[in-house]
Amino acid sequence: MTILSFLGILSSAIFSGTSLLYTALGEVIHERTGMVNLGLEGVLLVSAASGFAATVQTGNPYLGVLVAMIAGALVNLIFGFLVITRKANQLASGLALMFFSFGLSALIGNPYVGKSIHALPRFEFPGLSNLSTLYSSLFRFDLLIFLAIPAALLVWWLLYKTKWGLGARAVGENADITYASGRNPRLIQYQALFLGGMLAGLGAAHIAIAYAMNWTEYMTGGRGFIAVALVIFSRWHPLRAIVGALLFSASVAVQLVLQNSGINISPFLLECVPYIVTILVLIGWGGHRKQAAPASLGRVYQGSK
Amino acid sequence: MPKTSSHKKENTPLLSLDGITKSFPGVLANDSIHMDIYESEIHALLGENGAGKSTLVKILYGFYRADQGTIFLKGNAIQIKTPADARHTRIGLVFQDFSLIPAFTVAENIALFMANLSPVVNLPAIEKRIRETSDRYHLEVDPQKLVSQLSIGEQQKVEILKLLLSEARVLILDEPTRVLAPHEVNALFLTLKNLRQDGYAIVLITHKLHEVMNVADRVTVLRKGKVSGTLLRTQLSKEKLIRLMFAKSLGSSRQIAKKTPSSISPLLQLREIEIDGTDSGVSLKGINLEIYPGEIVGVAGVSGNGQKELGDVILGMERYAHGKKLLFGKDATRWSISKVRRSGVAFIPEYPLQMAVIGWLPVLHNMALTRTWLYSQWGGLRVDWKKMIHDTKSAFTRLGFEIPQLYVTVMSLSGGNLQRMTIARELLYNPRLIIASYLTRGLDVQSTLAAQQALRDARDEGGGILLISEDLEELFLLSDRLIVLMEGCIVGTFTPQQTNPIEIGHLMTGSKVPHGSIS
Amino acid sequence: MAPLAETTQKKKFIPPGIIQTLFHYLTMVVMSFLLFAFILLVIGKNPIQSYRGIFSSTLGSLYGLSELVVAMTPILLTGLAVAIPSRIMLINVGAEGQLYIGAAFATWGALNFSSLPAGLLIPLMMLLGILGGALWAFIPAYLKSIGLVNETITSLLMNSIAPKVIGFLVFGFWHSAMDTNKTARFVPAARLPTFFDTRVSLGVVFGLVLLIIFWLFMKTSRWGLEMKAIGGNPQASLRNGIPLKVYTIIVFCTGGAVAGLAGMVQASGYYGLMLTNFSIGWGFMGFLISWLVAGDPFGIILMSFIISLIFSGGNLLQITSGVPYSIINILLALTLFVVLAKPSIIRGKKS
Repeated sequence: MTILSFLGILSSAIFSGTSLLYTALGEVIHERTGMVNLGLEGVLLVSAASGFAATVQTGNPYLGVLVAMIAGALVNLIFGFLVITRKANQLASGLALMFFSFGLSALIGNPYVGKSIHALPRFEFPGLSNLSTLYSSLFRFDLLIFLAIPAALLVWWLLYKTKWGLGARAVGENADITYASGRNPRLIQYQALFLGGMLAGLGAAHIAIAYAMNWTEYMTGGRGFIAVALVIFSRWHPLRAIVGALLFSASVAVQLVLQNSGINISPFLLECVPYIVTILVLIGWGGHRKQAAPASLGRVYQGSK
Repeated sequence: MPKTSSHKKENTPLLSLDGITKSFPGVLANDSIHMDIYESEIHALLGENGAGKSTLVKILYGFYRADQGTIFLKGNAIQIKTPADARHTRIGLVFQDFSLIPAFTVAENIALFMANLSPVVNLPAIEKRIRETSDRYHLEVDPQKLVSQLSIGEQQKVEILKLLLSEARVLILDEPTRVLAPHEVNALFLTLKNLRQDGYAIVLITHKLHEVMNVADRVTVLRKGKVSGTLLRTQLSKEKLIRLMFAKSLGSSRQIAKKTPSSISPLLQLREIEIDGTDSGVSLKGINLEIYPGEIVGVAGVSGNGQKELGDVILGMERYAHGKKLLFGKDATRWSISKVRRSGVAFIPEYPLQMAVIGWLPVLHNMALTRTWLYSQWGGLRVDWKKMIHDTKSAFTRLGFEIPQLYVTVMSLSGGNLQRMTIARELLYNPRLIIASYLTRGLDVQSTLAAQQALRDARDEGGGILLISEDLEELFLLSDRLIVLMEGCIVGTFTPQQTNPIEIGHLMTGSKVPHGSIS
Repeated sequence: MAPLAETTQKKKFIPPGIIQTLFHYLTMVVMSFLLFAFILLVIGKNPIQSYRGIFSSTLGSLYGLSELVVAMTPILLTGLAVAIPSRIMLINVGAEGQLYIGAAFATWGALNFSSLPAGLLIPLMMLLGILGGALWAFIPAYLKSIGLVNETITSLLMNSIAPKVIGFLVFGFWHSAMDTNKTARFVPAARLPTFFDTRVSLGVVFGLVLLIIFWLFMKTSRWGLEMKAIGGNPQASLRNGIPLKVYTIIVFCTGGAVAGLAGMVQASGYYGLMLTNFSIGWGFMGFLISWLVAGDPFGIILMSFIISLIFSGGNLLQITSGVPYSIINILLALTLFVVLAKPSIIRGKKS
């Protein structure tokens, strides 16, 4: 494999993996506070539609990104209302939210099908301008890509270095103990959904405004579910999610390269690999006494008597 | 750290509980309790299981709200509605089951409960503070270790450090020595004494007399929800305490006409059974026990000293590390629960609602659960309810119990009815070996007599019974042999004639080395 | 507490009022329809007209009704596929994947045994579908039974793998000469018979029959009793000698088998061929339905009906009044939200 093809894979993986990373970061925050959001796919769709619509209306892609972030947070709050306040089952609520979002996103986005936008501008990766255009063109990134890894670092810092993060992780482990420490687990979960929703919105914005640059129904292509798998694969750690996002998105690009080298593996099978690996990771980790998953993941906090 | 106080006792107690009353459906947990907690003092709260100790401290910590009564802080009435309020009042509680997060490090757990944690958490600084405090009070533990990797004793140290670093000045410890080895207990008491020196007010909940005698400056004894007495250190004596703890007049033991156990092979043999109790905290050590046909072996002990583990071993629930179990002469160490039961062993567990029945299924369905195959028709497609009804009725009438409504859910039964149902079910198939825990808990006089007679009948027909109970009178009444379980070991074996309730009470509360002989 | 009455007469054990339950379901549906009417107003459509359109097109004509039943068919089965494991507190989110694999197995049968008569081919395909679904469910089931991994996570992940396997098979081996993402049409012998001129296949009969069998089974059989025990109190059941591990695997795989059958039904009865991404979320919808009615078979029939009403009515509404299809999803979701937000309605059942 030549350097060029390797770099090509890398570039492709970065482009398609950015939205995955943002979404996964959002889900990491959710799951660290004990919530599984299967409706993430829907959150992405609504955010993408809103962001795209805003960009078309105003002509300003940055505004579109902002709108996508807000939309993501709002949709997540619906999930929060069902799961935190009404104490509904998380899985069912997530799926219901997904269906809702299919409809809402189409409603918002369909008037804009076929419209084109000013996409987020791309910039040279600093320091590469000396290389030939062949290489440097692979690494012309938009703002969101540049911010992706810093975002991961920020999430890591938030979860592991701040007082809020400590409390948030505690909720995901044991909400009763967190309550005993004088905190409000419900409020923390709402905050987590708000943050996570904004991050997912960023991911959606990248798909619609920076990458695909159009709107079609179901355009997120299952990224929401991939993100959930990615979170598990990264064992709920924001920094490991970076590697995971790259791996998950690289699979298709790898297939092309392999094909060029004469090895013909179906792209479908390659796409299975991340999931199979995730299951293996779970089995391997399940054998250890230390469970990597937040201990109260999926459990609905009932509150004290 | 609170200021080092003078050694003179303060006149106003730091915390005062007055007239605290709390009831739950069906039980009056606390009845007009009055208790004064002073600074620089270790105040022991003594009582049997179910006496109301845990409820009281949960009220103090804001988990429950008292129905009546007031809490005073230095003479001023205060309200404690949530744990946040309690922490604000600088009251700290170490639970019986620790409130530590296994996936967090020691430092993270402590930081979670710290009073003035900065928004950006500076873990190294916190770790430094932890080391300083732990050195001062001999609570050695590595702040960077994950709690899941700590031993129970170390976890307890973390719990105490947590309180200290959250600037609590009232430290409540709920049965702290339950899970400690003897040398760890000594270390703990040393720590407590140092803390007392530094002005902390310490409340120590326990059921062990020797601890009280060792360390307490003041003792409040609870019995069935009420304060039965408060003693100062100068007034303490074991006899006084036992009398305050155990209500019934412990008269002389009764002589019962009993059958001598036959010398045929035992129904149950436990040889050197050891269980590692890291989950529950109670390990069984070196258990050797035999039950012969035609005898009732009573197990005395305060609940939580290994009774559940013992029952679980016999049932087949426990994966034990060492030892051998023989049932009816065969090596049953690896038998499944189903096989154990089929061989003729019945279990009346301590908490039937959690351990024996399915709450929202009706009585009739629950009655069928231990032997579903007996009622299986058409290869399992149908259940012979007629037969089940018939068997159920005969089970109850045989015991002289009233037949309950068969189609109400078990959840809606009163405690007494539930207990009767469990007994009836377990005795239905004429088991050869019966393991009965707290048989007559919740039963009225008539049913109690009926249940006790049922046990005697089973024994007279050649059955063997292990009777686990806290009720010394019952044990003395029924047992042919009596053993005492304490911290996972059998600390004494007697026949009722050889001993008396006072001596057993001592052994149960860990205050005397036994000298009883084995019959 | 309640005094002991000497009751020996058998009181019929009815769950808290069938009438009451029906009333609750109806209340939920009415509430969501009202909410939806509000939304219709907001986007400028006449709600009364729209509703009239929905009801007349679905319930008013025989064809409309048949389309409703067609929509009901797969979710009856996937609802059951989730309900069965839920009785012992197992969460099967993997019906979607089990459906795909069941369809794949059945497709293999259709393509490779096309010369067999229908009387043999159809049952063969059914068996293959069942086998496929059960196999796909085995991995999550086994891992759960040995206490290693939570079945929710594994079945969810298996969901993502399944469509890709189908894609691989179809694109790689099975596709027709004309399209790369579909197989050729199945031979007539491989198609589930339909009723009269409608698209309603035999699959709906499977669904209804299996649901009733399930209901009877849980009510009268010995294993139903033990399953209810496990679902109610696993610890007590274990202590009473009920083998938890065995039940975990068998029950979960049975759920998978039913989902696999659903896959076969859709491939054979609905589409008549196999294509990539052929499920529009039937597996997930089944999960939702089952969870909302706490796994009650009759509730599943009722909820499937209601949801299919919304779906097919909405489809027709889209054609007649230009209401965008997306609205249907919203109405659907609103119904679900209303139910989710009031957990006290479905009480006394395990969840």
